[in-house]
Amino acid sequence: MKKRIVTVVGKDRVGIIAKVCVYLANNDINILDIAQTIVGGYFNMMMVVDIEKSSKSTDLVASELGQIGEEIGVQIKVQHEKIFEMMHRI
Amino acid sequence: MISINEVLETNAMISKMNLDVRTITMGISLLDCVGNDVDETCKRIYEKITTYAKDLVKTGNDISQKYGIPIVNKRISITPVSLVGGSVCKTSADFVKIAKTLDEAAKTVGVNFIGGYSALVSKGMTKADELLIRSIPEALATTGKVCSSVNVGSTKTGINMDAVKLIGEMILETAELTKDMDSLGCCKFVVFCNAPDDNPFMAGAFHGVTEADCVINVGVSGPGVVKKALEEVRGKDFEVLCETIKKTAFKVTRVGQLVAKEASARLNVPFGIVDLSLAPTPAVGDSVGEILEEIGLEYAGAPGTTAALALLNDQVKKGGVMASSYVGGLSGAFIPVSEDQRMIDAVSAGALTLEKLEAMTCVCSVGLDMIAIPGDTKASTISGIIADEMALGMINQKTTAVRLIPVIGKGVGEMAEFGGLLGYAPIMPVNNFGCDKFINRGGRIPAPIHSFKN
Repeated sequence: MKKRIVTVVGKDRVGIIAKVCVYLANNDINILDIAQTIVGGYFNMMMVVDIEKSSKSTDLVASELGQIGEEIGVQIKVQHEKIFEMMHRI
Repeated sequence: MISINEVLETNAMISKMNLDVRTITMGISLLDCVGNDVDETCKRIYEKITTYAKDLVKTGNDISQKYGIPIVNKRISITPVSLVGGSVCKTSADFVKIAKTLDEAAKTVGVNFIGGYSALVSKGMTKADELLIRSIPEALATTGKVCSSVNVGSTKTGINMDAVKLIGEMILETAELTKDMDSLGCCKFVVFCNAPDDNPFMAGAFHGVTEADCVINVGVSGPGVVKKALEEVRGKDFEVLCETIKKTAFKVTRVGQLVAKEASARLNVPFGIVDLSLAPTPAVGDSVGEILEEIGLEYAGAPGTTAALALLNDQVKKGGVMASSYVGGLSGAFIPVSEDQRMIDAVSAGALTLEKLEAMTCVCSVGLDMIAIPGDTKASTISGIIADEMALGMINQKTTAVRLIPVIGKGVGEMAEFGGLLGYAPIMPVNNFGCDKFINRGGRIPAPIHSFKN
């Protein structure tokens, strides 16, 4: 399993999750967990995904998702999960 | 499983609070590069650096992409050049040749600074040490990426006052040779007491002779993250304040540890240390001065500043030490004036003086850093300021450093512009009462009594 963390931050609007999920499905990226919250009108979403079966590299996925984010006016990041584990777990 | 709040916290630190890894510094030993003459030595130095560090910048960028954390600088530190060139350099011009080779090598591999144009003379100078020190002005004026440092004292050896005197003169000469750029050359030179062998931060980085052939050291930063965390505990007592700094320092340092281990594995070079320093930049929200204000001071420099800095420095270490398997370098809070917007503001407001900065260096990680002084300051006065700072380091068994910029053609109240990460600085007044007779005595100050622990 190659776990990555996808985060989406931006102004809430219709169809953000749909857009991201369609991209992930089309690229054989499995969603393991989703959490979302809205703080002060801002949409925050975190997805734990497995990109092992995807033919695309993490870098490519990150840049393509980044572009989709720009189109719909949100910021989308793809990061390796280890940075969060290191920072928040001893 | 990682929670959404933890993920959002990390990413807010990166995007809103300037959390970054300040530098990945590859330390390379050049002791095996000595040839039969200067040209052969230069050739070997160039080849070794461009071979060992060829993937350094790309690796840094790849790691940055993988974790979504900026890695601002990729740098190289090398064996002090006075040792490498000792047998082949017969003149200062020979040493300058090595400086130019280092500059070329740095450009080829794409790093922004290379440190180690250095000499270790805490007890005495060899002929080569003196030639190198005398070549520093020209070396810094004719190269862009080379950084230089000289260690002139230690708790174990005392202070080499001959070197202190010479360096005062060399700083002025460097300033003169780079006067068209507000004496920028002096920003690339630092004089130390108790210099660490594994410091990844410039301008004082060099690869000590106690180190392995090649090593990866990482410097983390994060003043903005500490400042933001402290906003949440305004008005709370010192226990809460200190706990907050400690926890934040832990998190920041963990990122450095992650990056250091990954860089070490990818480059197949041993991991040396993480330097857990709060290193400010001129960007708003990336300031140690701002943390001091958040702790409760109107400006850095107000009464209470030394105590506030002491607790900040101590808590950063306490939090950081547990977060990394090897901690080293300078580790603590940096207080460079020109590289910290709120320190600049404090000087401009008249709250922060050279004397207060000197007191602050007793309790923080380094010393009088990036301070612009009038260009007509006498060499002996500069040596006197250096001697004072070295004495603090020697007696307190800590690293201290001086990076002063006498800005030729400018006086108190004017601004010096250095550009980029080096920032800008208001020129500060210096106490001009004479110390010539003191500096001109010659010789060295003996090691203090508490250094005799055997």
